[in-house]
Amino acid sequence: MDVTVIADSTADGLNPVTAQLVGAASSIGGTTTVLCPGGVGSSQASAISGVAKVISVEGDCFGTFEGGAWANALNSLATGELILAAASPRGRDIAASLAAIRKIPVIQDVTGLEAGMVVTRPIYSGKAIETSNVSTPCVITLRANAFDDAPEGGSADVGTVNQSADVGLAVKEALAKASERLDVTEADIIISGGRGMGDPSNFSHLNEVADIIGAAVGASRAAVDTWDEIPHSMQVGQTGKTVTPSLYIAVGISGAIQHLAGMKTSKYIVAINKDPDAPIFGVADYGIVATWEDALPVLKSELAKL
Amino acid sequence: MAIGVLLKQVPDTTAKIGVSEGRVDETAVSKWSMSPYDEYALESALRLKEAGGEDVVAITCGPTRAAKMLTDAAAVGVDSLLHVLVDDLSALDSTQVQSILAAALGRADCDVVFCGKQAADTNAGSTGPGVALLLGASCVSHVSEVSPDGGGYLALRASTGGDERVQVSAPCIFAFDKGDEELRRPNVRGIMMAKKKAIETISPSDLGVSLDNSRVTVVSHTPPPEKPPGQKFEGAESVATVVGKLRDEANVI
Repeated sequence: MDVTVIADSTADGLNPVTAQLVGAASSIGGTTTVLCPGGVGSSQASAISGVAKVISVEGDCFGTFEGGAWANALNSLATGELILAAASPRGRDIAASLAAIRKIPVIQDVTGLEAGMVVTRPIYSGKAIETSNVSTPCVITLRANAFDDAPEGGSADVGTVNQSADVGLAVKEALAKASERLDVTEADIIISGGRGMGDPSNFSHLNEVADIIGAAVGASRAAVDTWDEIPHSMQVGQTGKTVTPSLYIAVGISGAIQHLAGMKTSKYIVAINKDPDAPIFGVADYGIVATWEDALPVLKSELAKL
Repeated sequence: MAIGVLLKQVPDTTAKIGVSEGRVDETAVSKWSMSPYDEYALESALRLKEAGGEDVVAITCGPTRAAKMLTDAAAVGVDSLLHVLVDDLSALDSTQVQSILAAALGRADCDVVFCGKQAADTNAGSTGPGVALLLGASCVSHVSEVSPDGGGYLALRASTGGDERVQVSAPCIFAFDKGDEELRRPNVRGIMMAKKKAIETISPSDLGVSLDNSRVTVVSHTPPPEKPPGQKFEGAESVATVVGKLRDEANVI
């Protein structure tokens, strides 16, 4: 089956999920062509094992993000029976737009994929799992970290195609990012704080732990709603981001159902909470009943020893 | 012309979701609510009207119970209500729903549309960009704020490098993330007026949308896999033990 993978990237290059898209395509026997919007990351993509061809798609439209415009520019090259994109904000937009242009179905945020197009995905923010059959051709977006990376070691040819489309919007002002930290949806390790942190300034302790292990810092809805200093972009949970890291460390988070929905598919969960009855312990692989004030200094020194 | 708001009624985010005979048991849902991101979209649409914009039309596609959500929307100031009655939304794939919503927006003469970035049940996020494509409109996603700007609009959106303020003209769709402004609460007068507000209820065929077979077939719903019970430790000194286990048992650090 011919598979078109739409590379997921930022200005800095490919996001790790791109190698997972290729890995998923290879796992169902796909012959993969990777499209790199704006040409970003094309040499990186060619080094992913299992990639048959890379097309660097260059056009003025790729200077400003508009899902519909990008999809229009990519459309003539997205010829696979299966089109795979990341379930990132941009990936979802491009996928939905491509599906609408091509009048084919789209399934977003898939965590399991089998040939014959049987897909599984969490619904109700992970409170249930849906298994569906989808007819091909179709567009499917995959959740980051739900599939194994394709290894490096490829040497696919890179072609360049000039293709643009009309963009209906213009960026008037770019505002500084609230934080230079890794985004929770891309991180392999996340440490999150809740209202139990007592004060937003105490998130600096989480930042220190995160710096040691290369983690992203997240927050519960209660923390985001209570403190203006904690931006919504950090929120993990049903009205925030859904994450599947290898390790999720919840500090001072009681574990409201909305929060659990966003993080309980993490591979390993550590909970630090002073209340031994906090619901977060129900999903934790390793629970530590302690205050964050006592636990975080020990965590810092133990992680620094590794 | 009017401002359109696409709303979806979903199980409240605090509701438990049960599975019975391979399907989510909707009859067991304790509370149905407007999808949270749609609330932010609705509030922004009302503010745009108050800033000199057109009337606001709320549109939903769903079963009979969704009418209550439209009445709730009227109670906070929506001018007219359009309900495309579909008994079982889960039998439709997203392209079918998009065709219905695009036709409904055309019927209501909307050139500026607000919706949530994704619904709290399917969590997909295909509606905004898909409907935009069908209408030939621009879709601005992950928006937290919209204001009028000359003949067009300025929207604040999240992007990969930080927030951006983007300029766009009608026809356009704003797919909302969590905004700064929570949906206003209705006052008593609003609630009384809303009870009398007529809901125009139509079928997909009234819109000229024929629904072919869905190309997505749900095989089953299952509860999420239960995790085996974890290990619990007392006191901060146990952190060292846990770090050891993360390294040796879990191999994640």
